[in-house]
Amino acid sequence: MPTLTYRDALNQALREEMQRDPNVFLMGEEVGLYQGAYKVSRGLLEEFGPQRVVDTPIAELGFAGVGVGAAMTGLRPVVEFMTWNFAVLALDQIVNSAAKMLYMSGGQFPMPLVFRGPNGAALQLGAQHSQAWESWLAHIPGLKVVAPATPADAKGLLKAAIRDNNPVIVLEGEMLYNTKGEVPDGELVIPIGQADIKRPGTDVTLICHSKTVTVALKAADLLQESGVSAEVVDLRSLRPLDEAAIVASVTKTNRCVVVEEGWHHCGVGAQVVDIIQRDAFDHLDAPVLRVTQVDAPMPYNKVLERAAKSSPEKVVAAARRVLYLD
Amino acid sequence: MTPATAAQAKTKDPSAPSPLPPDRLRALLRQMLLVRRFEEKAAEAYALGKIGGFCHLYIGQEAVAVGSIAALRDDDYLICSYREHGQALVRGIPPAEVMAELFGKATGCSHGKGGSMHLFDAKRHFMGGHGIVGGHIPLAAGIGFGIKYKGGDQVCLCYFGEAAVNIGAFHEALNMAAVWKLPVVFLCENNRYGMGTAFERVAALTDVAEHAKSYDMESAEVDGMDVFAVYDAAARAVARAREGHPTLLEVRTYRFMGHSMSDPLHGVYRTKEEVEEQKKRDPIVGLTHHLRDEGLMDQAAIDALDAEVHAEVDAAVKFADESPDPEPAALMRDVLAD
Repeated sequence: MPTLTYRDALNQALREEMQRDPNVFLMGEEVGLYQGAYKVSRGLLEEFGPQRVVDTPIAELGFAGVGVGAAMTGLRPVVEFMTWNFAVLALDQIVNSAAKMLYMSGGQFPMPLVFRGPNGAALQLGAQHSQAWESWLAHIPGLKVVAPATPADAKGLLKAAIRDNNPVIVLEGEMLYNTKGEVPDGELVIPIGQADIKRPGTDVTLICHSKTVTVALKAADLLQESGVSAEVVDLRSLRPLDEAAIVASVTKTNRCVVVEEGWHHCGVGAQVVDIIQRDAFDHLDAPVLRVTQVDAPMPYNKVLERAAKSSPEKVVAAARRVLYLD
Repeated sequence: MTPATAAQAKTKDPSAPSPLPPDRLRALLRQMLLVRRFEEKAAEAYALGKIGGFCHLYIGQEAVAVGSIAALRDDDYLICSYREHGQALVRGIPPAEVMAELFGKATGCSHGKGGSMHLFDAKRHFMGGHGIVGGHIPLAAGIGFGIKYKGGDQVCLCYFGEAAVNIGAFHEALNMAAVWKLPVVFLCENNRYGMGTAFERVAALTDVAEHAKSYDMESAEVDGMDVFAVYDAAARAVARAREGHPTLLEVRTYRFMGHSMSDPLHGVYRTKEEVEEQKKRDPIVGLTHHLRDEGLMDQAAIDALDAEVHAEVDAAVKFADESPDPEPAALMRDVLAD
């Protein structure tokens, strides 16, 4: 199986879907001539031309709305945000237009479009460029939200998102674009709403998504050194959530830590804990703990930034607490 | 459709002969009466509690929807703000379905899920009433983008109020429509007040049409109380849009009612005298005078037409009243598509 970067896996998904369906087009800042701010759209302008690979002005609200309008005419837009930090300007279109159009029109206008781009903190980009938006987006009925962690998941989930008849938010990891993994050639469509066990284990469940999958896997390695077998459950989709997979793992391990990039308050992990306390209450041997970014804007300083983020060490500490090892 | 001609430009002078054939003029009057009578009934129904939430009436502005939609083909697209009962009716959504939507009934044009502000009819390319001021203007550019992408020759006509001009979405949308040469007509219904705020109190530039210069776009300022002037300007703009050149129309009109049914007709922000003065420009009175003066319809014929429209609106109210609420299962239907 070929090994690809996360970036090239996304590129392959876009290329294959644009080849398969002439109604699919890509729009966003720098996606064409510049080949994409993160080179996800490399080569697409040359292959598909400027009608289908559309460079936009820096006007997130405006071009997100253009995507919604185009979807109302039956096209399948893929709207790229240079980062989700900029997409906050487009939330009116994502929430008030895309997510609600089908419902408030009484089922007349489906919204087959994708909003995608890098999410979460990278390195020393400061407070305004370092934010995880999933809990904002996953809150909204009418949207689907996916956050792939590996190149194969990135390809399979983006292809599923493009084929979906609903607005799908694809949260890419800015720090993941260069990561490599095996990716099957051709048809790879991963159903939205299915979690994936990235590492099986028996003693504690580590629930994570996107970039924190790497964090959880490293934590699992560290825990193994002290004889603890951690199961790493990658949610992959945040709306809908794979509740059955969460409950099944916790039922098996009886202990759980939820890891995410975002802030603690009203985070994705809070929703996961709600599911666990409701549907796996009798199986719990310890309260569920959460590892999140500290409750502060992201600092620029490297040392402070590291202290702010979720880390394998923080996950190990939480896991040891739910195992009553410390 | 009568093409826009130099002769039509002269119709801005109400004494000039109309370029539209008499049967079209009768149809325009019928549409204007339909909107007026429909809105009067909606106000009554609102007072009776049969319509809930916000309800923004179109009384006074009828010539804008009627004159502009007369310039469209059936396969063209329309998209509107939340003051869109008039456009929906003129586009041909049956009054019964519009009234049923206002009543929140299953038979409404959005199946009772949208209400007054969210009327939709996909088969008539009526792309909705939208509730966030200016939020739908980029959607109009997107619809234009979709038309162009597929190689179609339709246009998208987008209505919004003058208050939306202060919103970023307006400027972003006009810029993209101009850069990408999209077949869109941006029609600003300048009724002078954003809710209770006079435009000049919040806008540095009060000639909305002037904004077109920022986007290298054609524009026109139009008397929105004169249905012929609106038709003429819209027909020219639509013809330009079909050639890939968007236009900004500023149509000067006036709403005779409050901003919504929950707001006063006048008070702190405008005087009763101003409203009464404006009512002298009533677009329906203007059109009926023209038809009478030209000998195209006598008063008896006009009265008969009005009675016919009254009956149609009464039937719409009856239909809405007797229609069922959406079934309980509708609550979770259409959150997501299959």
